[in-house]
Amino acid sequence: MKHLLTTEGIDPAQATAILDTAANLKQSLEGREVRKLPTLRGRTVITMFYENSTRTRVSFEIAGKWMSADVVNVSSSGSSVSKGESLRDTALTLAAAGADCVIVRHPASGAAHRLAGWLREAGTSVVNAGDGMHEHPTQALLDAATLRERLGDLRDRRIAIVGDVLHSRVARSNVHLLTALGADVTLVAPPTLLPTGVESWPVTVSHELDAELPSQDAVMLLRVQAERMHGGFFPSAREYSIAYGLSENRLKLLPEHAVVLHPGPMLRGMEIASAVADSPRAAITDQVRNGVHVRMAVLYHLLAHEEETP
Amino acid sequence: MAPRQRGATDPARERELLSAGDVARTVARMAHQIIEKTALDAPSAPAVVLMGIPSRGAPLARRLAVRIAEFAGVEVPTGTLDVTLYRDDLRRGPTRPLEATKLPEGGVDDKLVVLVDDVLFSGRTIRAALDALRDHGRPRAVQLAVLVDRGHRELPIRADYVGKNVPTARTEEVHVLLEEFDQRDGVVLR
Repeated sequence: MKHLLTTEGIDPAQATAILDTAANLKQSLEGREVRKLPTLRGRTVITMFYENSTRTRVSFEIAGKWMSADVVNVSSSGSSVSKGESLRDTALTLAAAGADCVIVRHPASGAAHRLAGWLREAGTSVVNAGDGMHEHPTQALLDAATLRERLGDLRDRRIAIVGDVLHSRVARSNVHLLTALGADVTLVAPPTLLPTGVESWPVTVSHELDAELPSQDAVMLLRVQAERMHGGFFPSAREYSIAYGLSENRLKLLPEHAVVLHPGPMLRGMEIASAVADSPRAAITDQVRNGVHVRMAVLYHLLAHEEETP
Repeated sequence: MAPRQRGATDPARERELLSAGDVARTVARMAHQIIEKTALDAPSAPAVVLMGIPSRGAPLARRLAVRIAEFAGVEVPTGTLDVTLYRDDLRRGPTRPLEATKLPEGGVDDKLVVLVDDVLFSGRTIRAALDALRDHGRPRAVQLAVLVDRGHRELPIRADYVGKNVPTARTEEVHVLLEEFDQRDGVVLR
């Protein structure tokens, strides 16, 4: 594997290999004195974040460091980006400085793809850490890892993705990955928060959360992305919460074994009730923990093999 | 991930080094040697654990533990130690899948750890295993048991317990077959 840009069209065998690597890494690191592996010694990983992020950037940085790579963080403020340098020039500069892998988050959909094209000659690997409203593949992989831990094989498992699908790269990446792994995905959202063309996605679409909950093995709640909303997508926060928030009463509609996921950062009281977020049914801290192992696995699959001849 | 099965290739091109019966007798003899050398059945016995290196070292370690329990009446904890992330040749081939690492009950601190592998060749796997072990704790001592030593060492490493010494050409391949993976026991040269 050279880049991780999208989960669309991902080979299920490749996805499963990454998830298996992550599970083995997690098991191997459990209870160890030295949480560091020598595998990527001498490789340089640069994170380029053009959008705010805590968990993703920290998670990638820890993942790189636990694999013994040298990790350098670049953010748009405090770098030449604020002087007006283009994404292309910044990327070529970082590649020339010796980056083996660039991890990029950018507000423009497709930024990671463009970057991979510009860096082809340099041979640098690119990981998409979130591009606009398009994709966030490592989030989908860590969600799948968490679901596999709780539910086992995802084939024919029913998973509902609830809320702001329109603005969510997490939803898009999860739809592609979870369906590739054989899961049965239902999107639940008001019509205003569904993207055009959703009819062609390999999913079921519903507007009624209560009707869907009893048959699901997992529910994934999405954050309402106020920063990407310009205009009225729903009448009020309170009304959204009543129709699509996972309250304590709604939790009772789910089967006993069902798992609750949230990619974070969560808005307690909006898309998820505080008591639900803290309940043992929620796997939200597991998601964060697994995020590190999944990103270690991604770096392993990108960097720990012989150069592929193009 | 299950390792590739080794029983399926053309049997005409292979030479049998150990039969199924030989493998069983060899494992039994190695168990006796481990009991004798570590004195694990003595009153002041050191705490011995067996750690198999996947894939085929793992079942070998379990078989040795069964024999040791039979001969000495001592239950020796077993575990597995995947060394893939410590290898020095990862960038010389396609991505290697990882295998499970599972420490024996009670860990490895202050234990006499016997590493178990199927074939000792260049010694690079054992070098990686020693590095991996160091990150899991501090054993009192480390020993090495291998079913077959085929020579051609590239590092200053030797085994404490050897099932069979086999002189080989560098180009030949020694395959240990175990029922757990290959539907039969044996050692063949290809």
